[in-house]
Amino acid sequence: MKQSLFEHRHMAEWEQFSLTLQRLERDRRADGVGNFPADYRRLCQHLALARERGYSSFLVDSLQQLVLRGHQQLYRHRSRLGANVLAFILAGFPRLVREQWRFVLAASLMFFGSLIGIALLVYLFPDLIYNLIPAEQVSEMQSMYDPNAGHLGRSAERAASEDWVMFGYYIMHNIGIAFQTFASGLLFGLGSAFFLLFNGLMIGAVAGHLTHIGYGQTFWSFVIGHGAFELTAIALAGAAGLQLGWALIAPGRLPRAEALRLAARKSVLLICGVMLFLLIAAFIEAYWSSMTSPTPMTKYLVGVALWLLVAVYLLFAGRLRHAPE
Amino acid sequence: MLETTALPRKATLSPPLDTRYQVETPEGIDLPLRPAGLMVRALAFSIDLALRGLILGLLFIVLAMLGKLGAGLGSLLIFGVSWWYMVLFEVLNQGRSPGKQWMGLRVVQDDGTPIGWSASLLRNLLRFVDLLPFGYFLGAISCLQHPGFKRLGDIAAGTLVIYREQPLTRPQLPPAQPRRPAFTLSLSEQRAILGFAERQAELSPARVNELASILAQPLQVPAPHAVAELNGIARGLLGPA
Repeated sequence: MKQSLFEHRHMAEWEQFSLTLQRLERDRRADGVGNFPADYRRLCQHLALARERGYSSFLVDSLQQLVLRGHQQLYRHRSRLGANVLAFILAGFPRLVREQWRFVLAASLMFFGSLIGIALLVYLFPDLIYNLIPAEQVSEMQSMYDPNAGHLGRSAERAASEDWVMFGYYIMHNIGIAFQTFASGLLFGLGSAFFLLFNGLMIGAVAGHLTHIGYGQTFWSFVIGHGAFELTAIALAGAAGLQLGWALIAPGRLPRAEALRLAARKSVLLICGVMLFLLIAAFIEAYWSSMTSPTPMTKYLVGVALWLLVAVYLLFAGRLRHAPE
Repeated sequence: MLETTALPRKATLSPPLDTRYQVETPEGIDLPLRPAGLMVRALAFSIDLALRGLILGLLFIVLAMLGKLGAGLGSLLIFGVSWWYMVLFEVLNQGRSPGKQWMGLRVVQDDGTPIGWSASLLRNLLRFVDLLPFGYFLGAISCLQHPGFKRLGDIAAGTLVIYREQPLTRPQLPPAQPRRPAFTLSLSEQRAILGFAERQAELSPARVNELASILAQPLQVPAPHAVAELNGIARGLLGPA
């Protein structure tokens, strides 16, 4: 068949298809497109014919563009994150954490290990803190948690009306750190390890120092509540980063790029859970931890309850076979 | 168009000599995508960066009037704009952030399908590593050495930045008397002759003559008549209008 006859015969069909495409591109849920898959396959056949018969570049290229646009519309990814949020929170995330327990364990050891270790060291040898943190920052920290100051938090002039300000700040600051900890895992896991150890050392040193100088009550009652979510989230972000790095170090039977892609697909889900944790943490930190009216004892009890909640959630949620899917 | 599909069936497929990236669809069609190189991507990123700066600047002026509430909103917005700007645009605007749209680019998955939430989030989170140690150094190195011009984030997320296809205009074939070639043409020869006729308007007359005269001898016509002969063959191949 000559090209001009072929074009003449199918031109109307192609124009129709292109109009349908325009509608689909403008509105994802356009109606009256029931024939789209069949039309698309027919177009594919036309393209194959045009190529096989050696028709001119103009015809082949324009058919190819139509097929490409059709391909984009037909093979759209369902946005699973949007649809399955509840199932992810109730079962998917804790399952994923348990499935990746090796990385979670490694990251937790690095983070909590360095945190507790340095906290003990600074408590026993108080001068050590000046090797880690500059003196002016130390005194700034001290003024923040001074029991005589009357209010708590990272800003000394903090008042209840500023909770909202701090909420925004915590979200930005903490999720930023979590993202960095995760992303730098791409450097063979070294970046994640660095951020885990670095943050562990910093937090541990401050904790040890404040306890040593007798500000323990204000400090611990402030951090214990949101720490449950915040510290766990940092460790999990590190675990996701280590997973990326490990895929590059030991890709198994796959090429490195492929192993990385598979690991990345899982770790990005972990990061979604981490973001959720950090949102909760920022909320608690801004609205509960900063309250001065509850006694420290109440705060400790609530804090312990929150830690238990996180542990139970990560260990046991979604274990039942009929957990919500 | 790739020559590989127009080769005789028995010939082995040789990879194309350009940067085109072939995707085979489930329908058995090879779709060539054109990955975008470092320079144009850097330009697109600069446009996005400037735009983000502008958005934040304007918002801060507005938020400064709101006082304390504004400060909280402000840090939420910095977070949103710095981490989510790209993701939202890429997923909701068919793989195009404003900068990419401006430069005629889009992001797709490796298999040519539209980008989803997780892939977009991943490639934009890992941007942090591409930025290391300064000014996109790792990203640029990775981009330059990868056949699909992928930065590290693209490799991990399995995404590809490609040129958007530009709309084609129908070329005018030069007028000529349709004729039959002196011998049977292979498919790629057919395509070459049709391509010659279609692209003639873009070439200078001297170049047209130069190209056609290469074929004067196999076509068994004197060199000055080669152009008319080729156009005639193209007309003949195309069929009556």
